Amino acid sequence: MRYNEPSDLEVRVISQRFDLPNSTSIDTYLANEGYVAIRKALGMTAEAIIEELKVSSLRGRGGAGFPTGMKWSFVPRNSGKPTYIICNSDESEPGTCKDRLLMENDPHQLIEGMLIAGWTIKSNKGYIFIRGEYRYLIEIVDRAIAEAYERGYLGQNILGSGWDFDLYTHTGAGAYECGEESALLESLEGKRGVPRLKPPFPAVVGAFQSPTILNNTETYSSVPVIFRNGGAWFAGLGTPKNGGTRLMCISGHVNKPGVYELPMGFPMMRLINEVCGGMRNGKKLKAVIPGGSSAPVLTAAECENLPLDFDSLAKLKSMAGSGGLVVLDEDTDIVAVALRTIKFYAHESCGWCIPCREGTTWLKKLLTRFHEGGGTERDIDTIGELASNMLGRTFCALGDAAAMPTTGFITKFRSEFEEYLKKSQGRVQPAPELINV
Amino acid sequence: MADPVKFTIDGRPMQAAPGTLLINAAKEAGIAIPSFCYYDGLALQAACRMCLVEVEKTPKLQVACTTPVAEGMVVQTDSPQVRQARKGMLEFLLTNHPLDCPVCDKGGECELQDMVFRYGAGESRYVESKLHVDEKQWSPIVFYDAPRCILCYRCVRICGEGLGVGALGIGNRGAAAEIVPNRGDHLECDECGACIDICPVGALTSGTYRYKTRPWEMEHIGTICTHCSNGCKTTLGVRNGNIIRANNRDRSGVNGEFLCVKGRYAFDFNENPERLTAPLLRAGGEFKPVSWAIALATVAKKLSELKARHGKFGVIGSNRTTNEENYQLQKFARLVMGTSNIDHHRTGDFATLLDTLSGRANALATTADVYTTKAALVIHSDLAQEHPLLAFQLRANSRHHKAHVYAVTPGPVREDNYGTGVRADPGREFEVLATLREKLAAETELIFLFGAAIKGAAIRQLVEFGDSLGIPVKYICLLDYSNSRGASDMGLLPDLLPGYRHVSEIGLDPGMDCDQMLSDPNLEALWVVGSNPLARQSLGATNAFLVVSDLFLTETARRADVVFPAMSAYEKNGTVTNVCGDVQKLSRGPKTMGTKSDLDIVALLAREMRADLGPTKVDDVFQEIRRTVRGYENLPFGVIETGGAAATAPVHGPVRFESRPELIRPTANGLFTSGTLGRFSGMLNGLIESPGALYRDPHVRPVIEFGSGQLEMVQDK
Amino acid sequence: MTFSPELEARFAKMLQSYPPGRTRSAVVPMLLYGQDEVGYVSQELVEEVARRCGVTPLQVDEVIGYYSMLHRARLGKYHVQVCTNIACQALGGEQLYEHASRTLGLGNKDVSPDGLISLEEVECMGACSWAPAIQINYDFHHLVTPERFDRLMESLRDGSYGRKAS
Ligand SMILES: Cc1cc2nc3c(=O)[nH]c(=O)nc-3n(C[C@H](O)[C@H](O)[C@H](O)COP(=O)(O)O)c2cc1C
Ligand code: SF4
Ligand code: FES
Repeated sequence: MRYNEPSDLEVRVISQRFDLPNSTSIDTYLANEGYVAIRKALGMTAEAIIEELKVSSLRGRGGAGFPTGMKWSFVPRNSGKPTYIICNSDESEPGTCKDRLLMENDPHQLIEGMLIAGWTIKSNKGYIFIRGEYRYLIEIVDRAIAEAYERGYLGQNILGSGWDFDLYTHTGAGAYECGEESALLESLEGKRGVPRLKPPFPAVVGAFQSPTILNNTETYSSVPVIFRNGGAWFAGLGTPKNGGTRLMCISGHVNKPGVYELPMGFPMMRLINEVCGGMRNGKKLKAVIPGGSSAPVLTAAECENLPLDFDSLAKLKSMAGSGGLVVLDEDTDIVAVALRTIKFYAHESCGWCIPCREGTTWLKKLLTRFHEGGGTERDIDTIGELASNMLGRTFCALGDAAAMPTTGFITKFRSEFEEYLKKSQGRVQPAPELINV
Repeated sequence: MADPVKFTIDGRPMQAAPGTLLINAAKEAGIAIPSFCYYDGLALQAACRMCLVEVEKTPKLQVACTTPVAEGMVVQTDSPQVRQARKGMLEFLLTNHPLDCPVCDKGGECELQDMVFRYGAGESRYVESKLHVDEKQWSPIVFYDAPRCILCYRCVRICGEGLGVGALGIGNRGAAAEIVPNRGDHLECDECGACIDICPVGALTSGTYRYKTRPWEMEHIGTICTHCSNGCKTTLGVRNGNIIRANNRDRSGVNGEFLCVKGRYAFDFNENPERLTAPLLRAGGEFKPVSWAIALATVAKKLSELKARHGKFGVIGSNRTTNEENYQLQKFARLVMGTSNIDHHRTGDFATLLDTLSGRANALATTADVYTTKAALVIHSDLAQEHPLLAFQLRANSRHHKAHVYAVTPGPVREDNYGTGVRADPGREFEVLATLREKLAAETELIFLFGAAIKGAAIRQLVEFGDSLGIPVKYICLLDYSNSRGASDMGLLPDLLPGYRHVSEIGLDPGMDCDQMLSDPNLEALWVVGSNPLARQSLGATNAFLVVSDLFLTETARRADVVFPAMSAYEKNGTVTNVCGDVQKLSRGPKTMGTKSDLDIVALLAREMRADLGPTKVDDVFQEIRRTVRGYENLPFGVIETGGAAATAPVHGPVRFESRPELIRPTANGLFTSGTLGRFSGMLNGLIESPGALYRDPHVRPVIEFGSGQLEMVQDK
Repeated sequence: MTFSPELEARFAKMLQSYPPGRTRSAVVPMLLYGQDEVGYVSQELVEEVARRCGVTPLQVDEVIGYYSMLHRARLGKYHVQVCTNIACQALGGEQLYEHASRTLGLGNKDVSPDGLISLEEVECMGACSWAPAIQINYDFHHLVTPERFDRLMESLRDGSYGRKAS
């Protein structure tokens, strides 16, 4: 089920079956080009598969946008250890709600993508790590897995290839950090979802200490169509180095928020104005958080003529991230958004390393006080300084994910903080001046 | 060895073996990179981020604790950016850390304090409220103050990886994360206190030490633990003549950071109010305190008279007295009294092992060997309970070098968790060994550590088995007390002189052993030094004159005619020899009024009897031992003098003696018992939560896969 | 400790789904499904999971402390979770939470005296494009206005609440 009306501007590639009746059933899938790609892939060598993926210029949809073909090529194939295929369906980046639709509406597409990954490295086991809140999806995906076993797409000697592959779902239990790939693997192994040291990367030492391909739900879901229609075709949908389409999750102050499949490089303002029917109540655009809450905020001006792909957003020192766009209108209280954002990271910091654990907590307390009207001029600088003391110094990227947006709010909307300070002055006793250690 | 890697730290060209971590490479060159979570030998964490350094061509600062050196690497450890990062990290750390240094036990010894002093900012921008959580008591000796905890996870790792107990874990997450004990609100563990010692701050504090003193008010005296045979170095914190603390301050000694519950806490017997402080003389059935002069004169008179008429006299020596004391004591028996009636409570058949191995070099393993051997086999010992240091060494070996460990024991032992454990009732161990033959023969070297159940002929059988494997095998005959080995080496045996020479060499016949002395109805006098045989046996010669030197009025002392109040091992100088033959030095810590060392007691008694026992000073006696005792020849005095361990040499040549396996009586001491002495340690007896029994490792399972970043050091089982 | 036959079947399947010797992997799923049936993570459940997965109770405890969906105290029969993260915040999530708190008379993670309803302010739950959203147990409810919220609570109380997601 889709929860919003589709748009005519969409390019429906991986969401093409979403609106079909019984879209989750294997019969629907088979009737609509399902499990065609795995048949093709089974006739290909690993090198050829990886080459095709490289041609497609598919980049990871989990957040970092790492080229998928390259990632698969890093997996050693003669380690003597078993190998694993892991799907990251932890989807907890604020602003993101697309993996959910992919599993809810087309689980077989995901299974087929994982099968192709499995065949590539001759893996025999895969796990779909689904966040605990998505319980109903586990039921849907488990049903699809059972169907795939029944029809010989999973299990032993798949399609007569002599190759076996088992696939399972695995539930998380509420921890954003478990979306970080190495923390996900810890969680999969029954431990606290704390990140692992890298290197070695999961490709070499991943699940159960073995070589592993780990991708996002949408990344795997994009794989079958690449093998049906060719890597070049897929690449052609997007912009150079940013192949294909992606599910953009638009939320916030637009008339028609929703999840829409659009080609990579689709212009931001057309997305807001044409796909999403413009700003609500005719308000003016103030800012967009363009790739989940970890992505530094963009001002309205920066959104002009902005193609939505990994490289264009990186140029603006933000990121395309998970494809979750939060659109904010002129009435938005940026201080409140900054506070809510850091509250999230403080709640989700795993606590492993000092700068993330203490940095997020301090920022949360400071911004809470500031928001309540107890701020000082000095606080505005302190916010920036604390964020920069975290940035690049934490154990895993969660610390950066907290620091970057904070820096973004404070640099791009500094005047709002200053205004806020003036408005709120006197509401609460400001904090005392420096205290000596 | 691979070629060394060349790199530059702070402008200094350097080289190191590939794989060396930056933090260690820098340390080697005298450049200290600050760290909290990095701890040598424990899994890498990279959690505290204190060790950030600048590496040329890398945009982000790198953690020195997990970054290996690389060819051509250019590293700055003290650039403005690095200094700023450290300051920032310390500022973060202090946000929730209470600044209660004035009342914190760790004040003065706190790594956080030192770090802020050296690298921190003078002022804080933090004006928010601190998180507060109440302090918790987890066991009689372990207290945890969560707000002080900086989450370096050292405690979790030492408990899981080091001790193989895994009694500590991490609870909650984020800022609320804290260390949690294994039984909800309390600990059930070895109570070794390693977590307290390894804590860089005052988060974990010791029930015996907290709020007693400031560290700088104590004198720190490195000596050797008086409890088991493993001979750990322990540093006594002494203030006003009292031991306030025992720990491993400088991590030197055969045990590195390790100490078990006894080494760390069971020093309180020393100040037990029942300690004897004046000689006692029996007068009309009652003990009466007398002066040393009277006590000595009484005994001297009795012994002189006895000697004159060749009356039967015997000596039972101690497993805890020093080599020098034992050596002089046997001289007293043999040279002054002219008797070979001397023995001690034997806890293992070491003499038979020596004889069996006669003529071989490198057949006895040292404590250090246990950490480096490629494989080891434990037979009939619950090592973690009875020989905690050896167990610790073996575990570290398995973690760091992937040593293979086998355990053939009557019940479950901790070694099962990281090695191959096989059950065998006493007497059936050779059947089990036969089944292991193939595996053992496939090893490249082995150490056999065997308990008291292997004695007499079984030892010869074991060595035969070892020989049949076709690989080098070393042996450790497990003995029980702190100087059991020294008692045997120093000739507290009826047929063996110091150095395992036969008594006939000095024209004496073999004397009576313990059992014979105790049961002989014609024995006229017996001197028992630091031993409590009457706790188990009775004295056959009901009228014998009994002299006892001891710390307490033990069962044996209570029967005595004269009691000498003796000094404890913590109160005297001398040397002791551990189970592996490592000789180490005792240093005098506290002093009690009225007591004397056994060395002085022997000397005074000899003088009183107008006999010449040769040297009287500890060092002089030791020099004589070095000159005359096989195995102790030319022991490097400097090493011992400076607090190191020197291994005794093997005794070349056969040992001629009468094997009496029935005299071997293991004590079955576990972590929470220490013979008679242990009964006088309130701390040891107060640790009720601890499991402690032999062969019953009930719930403890290792946490060998703990956390993240366990990459190299963890075996994946 | 025994569970319903369905859950036992699930656990059995679960334990087989991980590589040999990796039963520890089942700790988190077992706790979560176990909690759904027991109502909270009881000490008995901790020990049972430890036993079945071959880990120590401490290792289970560590996991419980880490994951925000695992609760050591009993929740309401209906656990109402209101998202206030940025997408929901933009469209009134925080006001919705305040409304919920006020009308239910419950603070964060409180349980109503009759044990029927518990309330929690939660982080983003993957419903951003259809904000503000809430979850009742595992059911999503999108585009929730205060009025709709009240109707939903009413249906919880009068028993008419169905399992259909809306
Ligand atoms: C704090 C943090 C949270 C993350 N959460 C998710 C997530 O929920 N889902 C996801 O697919 N990737 C997440 N990632 C990214 C993953 O670590 C990983 O890069 C991704 O799953 C790789 O898949 P891809 O190459 O297909 O994008 C997260 C990363 C970080 C640092
Ligand atoms: S208790 Fe001490 S050693 Fe353990 S993690 Fe906390 S600060 Fe580190
Ligand atoms: S010592 Fe390197 S991060 Fe702690």
